[in-house]
Amino acid sequence: MNQPLTLTAAQKAGPKATVIALGLALAVLVAMPLLHLLPAEHALHVSAYTLTLVGKILCYAIVALALDLVWGYAGLLSLGHGLFFALGGYAMGMYLMRQSAGDGLPAFMSFLAWNELPWYWYGTSSFLWAMCLVVLVPGVLAFVFGFFAFRSRIKGVYFSIMTQALTFAGMLLFFRNETGFGGNNGFTDFKTILGFSISAPATRATLFLATVALLTGSLYLGFRLARSKFGRVLTALRDAENRLMFCGYDPRGYKLFIWTLSAVLCGLAGALYVPQVGIINPSEMAPTQSIEAAVWVALGGRGTLIGPLLGAGLVNGMKSWFTVAFPEYWLFALGALFIVVTLYLPKGVIGLIKRRGE
Amino acid sequence: MNTALHRLLLLLLLVLPWAAQAGDAADYAKASPAKQARLLESWAAAPAPERLPLIEALRANRVAIDQNKTPFIEENGAYRALEGDAEPVGTPKKLRLNNRLRGLLNTALASHQLFAEDPAQRLAAAKRLQRSGQPEQLELLQQRLDVEEDAAVSEALTLALANLQLTASDPAVRLAAVRLLGETGAPLARVRLENLLADEAETDAAVRKAAETSLAQVKRKLLIGELLGQAFSGLSLGSILLLAALGLAITFGLLGVINMAHGEMLMLGAYTTYMVQVLMARLAPEALAFYPLVALPVAFFVTAAIGMALERTVIRHLYGRPLETLLATWGISLILIQLVRVLFGAQNVEVANPGWLSGGLQVLPNLVLPYNRMVIIGFALFVVLLTWLLLNKTRLGLNVRAVTQNRNMAACCGVPTGRIDMMAFGLGSGIAGLGGVALSQIGNVGPDLGQSYIIDSFLVVVLGGVGQLAGSIFAAFGLGIANKILEPQIGAVLGKILILALIILFIQKRPQGLFALKGRVID
Repeated sequence: MNQPLTLTAAQKAGPKATVIALGLALAVLVAMPLLHLLPAEHALHVSAYTLTLVGKILCYAIVALALDLVWGYAGLLSLGHGLFFALGGYAMGMYLMRQSAGDGLPAFMSFLAWNELPWYWYGTSSFLWAMCLVVLVPGVLAFVFGFFAFRSRIKGVYFSIMTQALTFAGMLLFFRNETGFGGNNGFTDFKTILGFSISAPATRATLFLATVALLTGSLYLGFRLARSKFGRVLTALRDAENRLMFCGYDPRGYKLFIWTLSAVLCGLAGALYVPQVGIINPSEMAPTQSIEAAVWVALGGRGTLIGPLLGAGLVNGMKSWFTVAFPEYWLFALGALFIVVTLYLPKGVIGLIKRRGE
Repeated sequence: MNTALHRLLLLLLLVLPWAAQAGDAADYAKASPAKQARLLESWAAAPAPERLPLIEALRANRVAIDQNKTPFIEENGAYRALEGDAEPVGTPKKLRLNNRLRGLLNTALASHQLFAEDPAQRLAAAKRLQRSGQPEQLELLQQRLDVEEDAAVSEALTLALANLQLTASDPAVRLAAVRLLGETGAPLARVRLENLLADEAETDAAVRKAAETSLAQVKRKLLIGELLGQAFSGLSLGSILLLAALGLAITFGLLGVINMAHGEMLMLGAYTTYMVQVLMARLAPEALAFYPLVALPVAFFVTAAIGMALERTVIRHLYGRPLETLLATWGISLILIQLVRVLFGAQNVEVANPGWLSGGLQVLPNLVLPYNRMVIIGFALFVVLLTWLLLNKTRLGLNVRAVTQNRNMAACCGVPTGRIDMMAFGLGSGIAGLGGVALSQIGNVGPDLGQSYIIDSFLVVVLGGVGQLAGSIFAAFGLGIANKILEPQIGAVLGKILILALIILFIQKRPQGLFALKGRVID
C-alpha cells in the first residue's frame, strides 16, 4: 500500500507486458489521426465523428490523470476539477472567438450591444497570450485556493465540499451575460485556429496528436513524480499526515505543488478539448461533471495513473453508447456504477486485473 | 365660488341617483364613445348602488344592444333586458370598449365599491382610486373618508384623496396633501412626490419645501420597510437552510460521512406531500385544506425508511472511507432523481398552498409577510426543538451523542453502534423529509429540487461545525441573512461567491466551524 500500486503491478506483471500494452495503445492513438487523413471512401478511413469522440475522451483522460495525482497520491478528493478544465477551455475559446470575429467584437457581445472588449479580453487575439492564460488562470486560481485551504489544514470531505462549492460558484458566475463570456450559450461557432480552418482534416489530426502528446507527457511526468521522493512523501501524506509532520515534513508545499500542477494539466486538457469539440459553456463547470471525473478515477483504480485513463475511456464510451441506445437509463447505470465501484472495486479495474494476474 | 360648486355637487348627488333610474343603461347604449366617457366620469363622481350591476356587466363585456339600441345583458347565450322587459329585435351586438373607456369603467366601479359591505372590497377600491382617481371624485372621497370606520381603508382613502388634492389649484390644499403623503410611507406617495418635485411641476415655494420634507420622510419609512423585508426573507431562507442542513449535520457528525443523497430526501419529502395532496383530494376532499399536516408524518416516515434502507445496504459497508461514501451516495442521488423523473415526469408537479397558507400579513405599505414563510420559520424552530429534545432527553439521543464523541469508547460501553448509526441516519433523512414538506409550500417541486439546496446546506454544516445543534442554527440563519442582505447590493451570484470566499477565510480562523466539539482527536 505504501508503494504506488502501479509499481507493484508492473513488477508483478513484469515490465515487459506493461511496456507492450502501453506501446500498442500509443501506436493505435497515433495511427488514428493519420487514418483520418485518408480519403473518405478508403476502407481504413477514420471518420471525423470517431476522431472527435476519441479526442474528447483523451481530454477527459488527462483530467482523470490530473485528478488521480491529487486524489490517488495526495488523498485530496477534488470535486471541482471541472472548473479548471473549463477555465482552460474558456481561455482557448477567447482566442478562437477573436479569430472568428476578425477585427470586430465576438458575436455575442454585439448581441448584448457592447461597444468594446472588457479588459480581461485584452491581448486574447494573440495565440501565445491565450496559451499563457490557459496555464495561468487555472494555475493561479488553484494556487490561491490551495494556499488558503492547506494553510488551515482543510482536508477530507471538507476539502471536497469546498471545491464543489468553488466550481458551483464559477458556474453561476459564467452563466451571467454580464460576466462577458457569452452567458449560458458560452462560446461556439469557431472558424479558424492559427489561420487554419478548424474543421479541416489536417487541423483535426494535429489537434488529436497534440492531445496524445499531452497525455503521454502527463503520464510520463506522473510516473516520474510517483517514483521520486516527492511521490513517496505524497503517498505518506495521504496515509498518515500527522505522522509525516512528526517526521519533520511540512505537507503544505507538497500539497500545493501537486494541486496546482493538477489544475494546470486540467486547463491544458480543456484548451485542447474546445477546438476539437467546438463548444464550451458553463455546464462544463457543473458539479455533476467534476464528480463524474471522480468516478472515472475510482473505476480505473486510484493511485495507478494508468487506471484513471482506462476509467475515463470506459465511462465515456459507455456514456456515448447509452445516451444513444437507452437515454432514459444512463443515469441509472452511472449511479449504479458509483455504488458498485465504491462497494466492490476499491482498487478499480487495475486492481481486478492485478488480482487475476495473481 | 367654492360654496357654489359644493352646492352644485350636492344637488347633483341628490339628483343623479334619481336620474339613474331613468335608464342609465339606455343612455349609455345610445351615447357616442365621447359621451360614454363623460357619462362614466359622472358616474364615478356620483355613484349609485343600482348602477353596480350595469357597470359590472359592461366591464365583463356582457352588454349588447339590439337594432333599437335597447341594452341587454347576455347570460349564458340568452339576452335579458337591462331595463324594463323588452325582447331583443334581431341579434343583439356586443357593446365594444376601448382602453380609455375600460379605464374609466374601472374607476367608476371602484367608486361604487367604496360603498361595499366588505372592508376588503372597499380597500381594493380605494387602492385603485389611488392610481386612477379623477378630480371630480374629490368630494366623494372626502365624504367616504368621513364615514369610514376601518383603519386600513381610511388610510388608503387618505392617500387617494391626497393624490387628488395635489392637482388642486389652491396651494393650501396642495400643502395639506403633501403633508398627508409624507405621513403615509407608501411607495405610491414617493412616486407622486418625486413627480411633483421633478420638472418644476410645483411652483409654490412653500409646497415645494413641504414636499421635500415629506419625500425624505416617505423614503425613510420605505427604507425601514425594505430593511425589515430583507431581514424577514433572510430569516425565511435561513429556516429553509436549517431544515435542509439539520439532518445532514447529524449524520455527518455521527458517521463523518457526507450524504450527497441528502438533497434527494428533501425532494422525496416534497413528492410525498404531492402524493398526499392527490390522495386526499380523491379520498377526503373535505379535509384537503389540512393536507400539509397529514403530509408531515407521512414524509418523515417515508424518507426515514429510505434513509435506513440506504444505511443498511450501502453506507454500512463504507465506514472509515468517507470519500468513497460521498461518491456512493452521489450515485444513489442520481438513481433517485432519475427514478422520480421516470415515475412522475421531468416536469414540476403542482403542489398548491391551502387557503390558510396563502396570502400574507401587510405590516407596512411596502412590507407583506407571506403566511407560508412565517409558518415555515415557526416550523423550522419547532423541528429544532424536537431534535434537541430527542438528542438531549432520550436514550437514543444519549447514544447518538456518545457515538459522535467517541465511537470506540461508546461501543466498549455497550452502545450498539450499528443500530445507532441506522437510527440516526433514519432521523437525519426524516428531518430532510420534513424540510421537503416545507419546501413544497414555497417553491417548485421537481426532480432537481434537492440539487439546488445541497451545496448551501453543506456550507451550513462546514460553517457550523458538527455535533452541535447551535452551530447549525447560527450558520443557517447567518448564511440566510447574509445572502439576502448582499443580494440587492451586488446581485445574487456575486453575493454567493462573496459568501463562499468569506467562508473559506473564516475556516482559516476556525477550521472546526463555529462550534467545535471539545476533545482531542488525532488520526
